[in-house]
Amino acid sequence: MDFFQHLGNYATLMKATFARPEKGKVYWMLIIEEIEKIGLSSIGIVSIVAAFFGAVISIQTANNMDNPLLPQMLVGYGTRDSIILEFSSTIMCLILSGKVGSNIASEIGSMKVTQQIDALETMGVNSAGYIIFPKIIATIFIFPFLSLCYMFVGIFGGYFGVVITGAINSSEFISGLHYGFKSYYIFYTLTKTVVFAFIISSVSSYYGYNAELGSKGVGDASTKAVVNSSLIILIFNLLLTKLML
Amino acid sequence: MIEVVNISKSFKEQQVLKNISLTLEEGCINLVIGRSGSGKTVLLKSLVGLHDIDKGSILFDNRDFAKMNNHERKEIRKEIGMVFQGSALFDSMSIFENVLFPLKMFSGKEPDEIIDRANFCLNRVEITGKNDLYPSEISGGMQKRVAIARAIALNPKYLFCDEPNSGLDPRTAIVIDKLICEITKEYNITTLINTHDMNSVFEIGEKIIFINNGEKWWEGHKDDIWNSENAELEDFIFASEFSKKIKEKLT
Repeated sequence: MDFFQHLGNYATLMKATFARPEKGKVYWMLIIEEIEKIGLSSIGIVSIVAAFFGAVISIQTANNMDNPLLPQMLVGYGTRDSIILEFSSTIMCLILSGKVGSNIASEIGSMKVTQQIDALETMGVNSAGYIIFPKIIATIFIFPFLSLCYMFVGIFGGYFGVVITGAINSSEFISGLHYGFKSYYIFYTLTKTVVFAFIISSVSSYYGYNAELGSKGVGDASTKAVVNSSLIILIFNLLLTKLML
Repeated sequence: MIEVVNISKSFKEQQVLKNISLTLEEGCINLVIGRSGSGKTVLLKSLVGLHDIDKGSILFDNRDFAKMNNHERKEIRKEIGMVFQGSALFDSMSIFENVLFPLKMFSGKEPDEIIDRANFCLNRVEITGKNDLYPSEISGGMQKRVAIARAIALNPKYLFCDEPNSGLDPRTAIVIDKLICEITKEYNITTLINTHDMNSVFEIGEKIIFINNGEKWWEGHKDDIWNSENAELEDFIFASEFSKKIKEKLT
């Protein structure tokens, strides 16, 4: 029962969020600000995570391929597919649900607690549209770029992980990267990233917007935002994979 | 003129407003007084549509706010300025941007005119040279003044203030009261103030409405308070020994 109540409230909030904006120019500026706040500030963490995960994936793959009949280039092949298919979308978004999701939920929750949302409403501003819409559009726009950044740095990390340590040679790894590449995989992972971006921003906004009064309420909203958006990402990851692959 | 007719509001099992009817006099300072938890803030929030009432009517110049759709409500809200208890300034914006915000969203004026108007409003509340500061960088009294400047930016017909001087020292509280009073008279605004500050009642109050346990117990002019035989009102207004002695001397 509680689930359906949340679902109904979420749908109502999204309807208000995507209602016609009062002043397009103001919203456009807000979207630019959010892209900077959400996207550019996440490049660092995404790059660090990608580099280390890439290195670990390639080292583990190389370590498990001690059979001399298996070509070494499979290390590059496995690293590439793992990073492109799963890590650059699902794992990156799970990490960003912690960083971006909690930030969105606590920011909106604080606005609720300090009556800034009420102030917007009494002025006649559609508060959901003004606060949430720019965040959703910004995440949908910037997350695919972060995903591409993850792919690039992750594969580079994988290369360093095995080639620098001398586990396999450079040309074997690079030929593995080229082997059997399907550009559809990029489309698949970027589609997943866009869906996950919407989930993170909208679910976190929902919990922030409905935060109970007080600092505990904001903290709870932030926790629920991260936990629930992560769970929904996992469910949609399975659904999209089944549908698209 | 704002007319409230038989409004009730409940939250789950708890009825917070019980058949309240009142009329807010035009161009006057109308004070709603009552104990904490008596329903003052819920009444005020119901008037501006932050709470949907269960029954009754709220008439803004004979336009029933409770029966309006969202679009119609937005039009009425452009005629309303509101000062919240905690100021509710946007903390991501500077003081100047806070006052600029409603003008940018709704005035439809040229950028130069908007900037002039925002500067005028800040000067009117005697805030100068602090435009670039953020709400967290100024005192509570200043925050209240910026909130008033933001509330009057669009030349509202109605000004609602929820405990505008709570948390302020007595001198600053009087400054805020006087500012609201001056603005009300200067622009002929219908002002409603929620308060439990007796200084406000006797300094700036014109029409007084006393709410107790979600019901209207008394309504009248501030001078009528001295002669009122309403025991609850008397108990509330003259709660302290000091105020009882003042009453004895004056009556």
